[in-house]
Amino acid sequence: MNFWIEIKENFAIAYKAITANKMRSFLATLGIVIGVTSVTLMQTAIEGINRAFEKSISAVGADVLYVQKFEWFGKEDFDFYRNRKDITMAQYDYLSNNAQTAAVMCPTTGTGKTLKYKDLVLENVFVVGTTYEYQETFGLNMEEGRFFTASESEGAYPVCVIGMDIKKAFFENQDPLGKTIKIGTYSFRVIGVIEKQGSLLGLFSLDNRVIIPIERFFNLFGGKRSLSINIKAADINNLDETKEEVRSIMRKARKVDYGERDDFGINQQEAFKTTYESLTGLIKIIGTLITSLSLIVGSVGIANIMFVSVKERTKEIGIRKAIGAKRSTIMYQFLIESVAICLLGGLIGIMISFPISLIIDAYVLPTAMPLWVIVLGIFVSLLFGVMAGFFPAFSASKMDPVESLRYE
Amino acid sequence: MMSNSNGSNSESATHLITVRNVTKLYVMGSEELYALKGISLGIEKNEYVAIMGPSGSGKSTLMNILGCLDTPTSGDYFLNGKNVSEMDDDELAEIRNREIGFVFQTFNLLPRSNALHNVELPLVYSGMHKSDRLERAEQALIDVGLQDRMKHKPNELSGGQRQRVAIARALVNNPSIILADEPTGNLDTRTGQEIMQLLEELNLQGNTIIIVTHEEDIAQHARRIVKIRDGDIEDDYLSKRGKEFQNAKTQ
Ligand SMILES: Nc1ncnc2c1ncn2[C@@H]1O[C@H](COP(=O)(O)OP(=O)(O)O)[C@@H](O)[C@H]1O
Ligand SMILES: [Mg+2]
Repeated sequence: MNFWIEIKENFAIAYKAITANKMRSFLATLGIVIGVTSVTLMQTAIEGINRAFEKSISAVGADVLYVQKFEWFGKEDFDFYRNRKDITMAQYDYLSNNAQTAAVMCPTTGTGKTLKYKDLVLENVFVVGTTYEYQETFGLNMEEGRFFTASESEGAYPVCVIGMDIKKAFFENQDPLGKTIKIGTYSFRVIGVIEKQGSLLGLFSLDNRVIIPIERFFNLFGGKRSLSINIKAADINNLDETKEEVRSIMRKARKVDYGERDDFGINQQEAFKTTYESLTGLIKIIGTLITSLSLIVGSVGIANIMFVSVKERTKEIGIRKAIGAKRSTIMYQFLIESVAICLLGGLIGIMISFPISLIIDAYVLPTAMPLWVIVLGIFVSLLFGVMAGFFPAFSASKMDPVESLRYE
Repeated sequence: MMSNSNGSNSESATHLITVRNVTKLYVMGSEELYALKGISLGIEKNEYVAIMGPSGSGKSTLMNILGCLDTPTSGDYFLNGKNVSEMDDDELAEIRNREIGFVFQTFNLLPRSNALHNVELPLVYSGMHKSDRLERAEQALIDVGLQDRMKHKPNELSGGQRQRVAIARALVNNPSIILADEPTGNLDTRTGQEIMQLLEELNLQGNTIIIVTHEEDIAQHARRIVKIRDGDIEDDYLSKRGKEFQNAKTQ
């Protein structure tokens, strides 16, 4: 209770001291303003880059495992992976019959082909061959029409589902459903359009694709290809368990001897993240350090001003001590003043960087300043306020009352 | 004239103030200076004592020790039976806050705070709530005749008014002693007399007052005069007023 009465008084003193010397206070906060602005903007930018990255790999699916000959970002050379045994439909059937912890899975294969609709031509469209489970595995929504059914997929029907880019190119102002397009030289009936999906890593458009039943794919474009088996885990929290199960089933299916290493890869979104982290981690740390440096410079400035302020108010300190202020009271008085200056600087910094983050969000990166960055900005300015104020406040608290009263 | 009427050599700690063989040593480089050379003094409740002596004799040093702003190099100081010479900084601060009211030659008010807030400040440090504080501070300012000047800042007040604010601040926490170091030193003669008048009234109301001065006519306002020279007590006697007062009491 006693404590709060003193703290209240100390806030009043800090307010008076700051407003009595407006120009000096303004200059003192400037360093912190710049520091907090740059720290919060840097963190916002990092957050924005992270979000942009997450978005760019969202199509990979956080809960999907990819069993393939290749390992994403693998360490071995290309031939090492290419010379592995193909992943076949038989292995897919075996896996799909035995996996307990998978919600659903589908095999995929693909190739680039030219598409035609009447006079319109699209070069190098990615043709995916798969089963009806594809839609559920990747959680795809249909823009129009439907995905192909189990019987269409098993019966190798000449039907296809197209991406939004293809719809735009071929069917700008008309209904694509029921129209016949040519994939290579073969005719397919369009039965559905997949919702816009964007691109992977901003590089490969996922909307410039056409999806057909895998049996038809084998018949027309050849069956001797290694598949990707894509498995959606029943529970994303047990992804590792699913991965282990898939591994042991696949080893059996591919007759990998005990003690030998897997001759297939089980890939997942995680691999992108790990690679991303290792590429950007250092840059983020350096960015954070550099911006923190500006804060440190700002707080050294505040410490300097606080030392001047303590010196100037030596007499006042003596008076306060003479009428009963304890060491701790004087200590808090100057600490609060320094924290108040820093907090003010921090709030101004946030008020500057917040609108800038909205501009960045609108024009550069998808990022609004997350709440934690605002909290960080406030916390950091508090922290630096305490650090900058500590030694000046300590020296004030230690002053001898008689000597400080004599100070002119 | 060594009357020793107030028992300054008494060993008992029943006085309000008991100072026993107090020394104060200042060391500056290789030079050592005893500002106090073994002072013993007893002061009772409701006394009005003037500590007199030439400049540099150690008056302020003694005053700072009596006011718990400083501690003796050796010797004991009992205030209200408590041994102050053994207290730490925080305990001393608390004693200064509750037991002592200071009045300085240079007023020592906070320049940015108005009269009311200056007077309120000791109560802040004793943890009193705002409403009680204001009530007490206003009353203290009324007591020193400044009811119309409460919101004035020190630089909007005359010297005499500033010293009244300082006296109100010294009074506000009902201290055991009011200590005034050359309280009229920065005032013209007439204003000085007014301030001495005020201190006299406060003494008559029951306050214990110790003033430090080098001026004989100021010292004559007190009832007892302690003369100091070169860090020693040279004389300790009743003033003219003190004698009158004692005569009135014995009749
Ligand atoms: N902080 C100090 N350091 C060194 N010497 C001091 C200090 N304070 C006072 N003195 C010396 O102690 C002696 C007594 O000083 P003081 O008590 O201020 O005298 P007065 O108030 O009677 O003029 C003087 O000689 C003074 O120079
Ligand atoms: Mg003096």
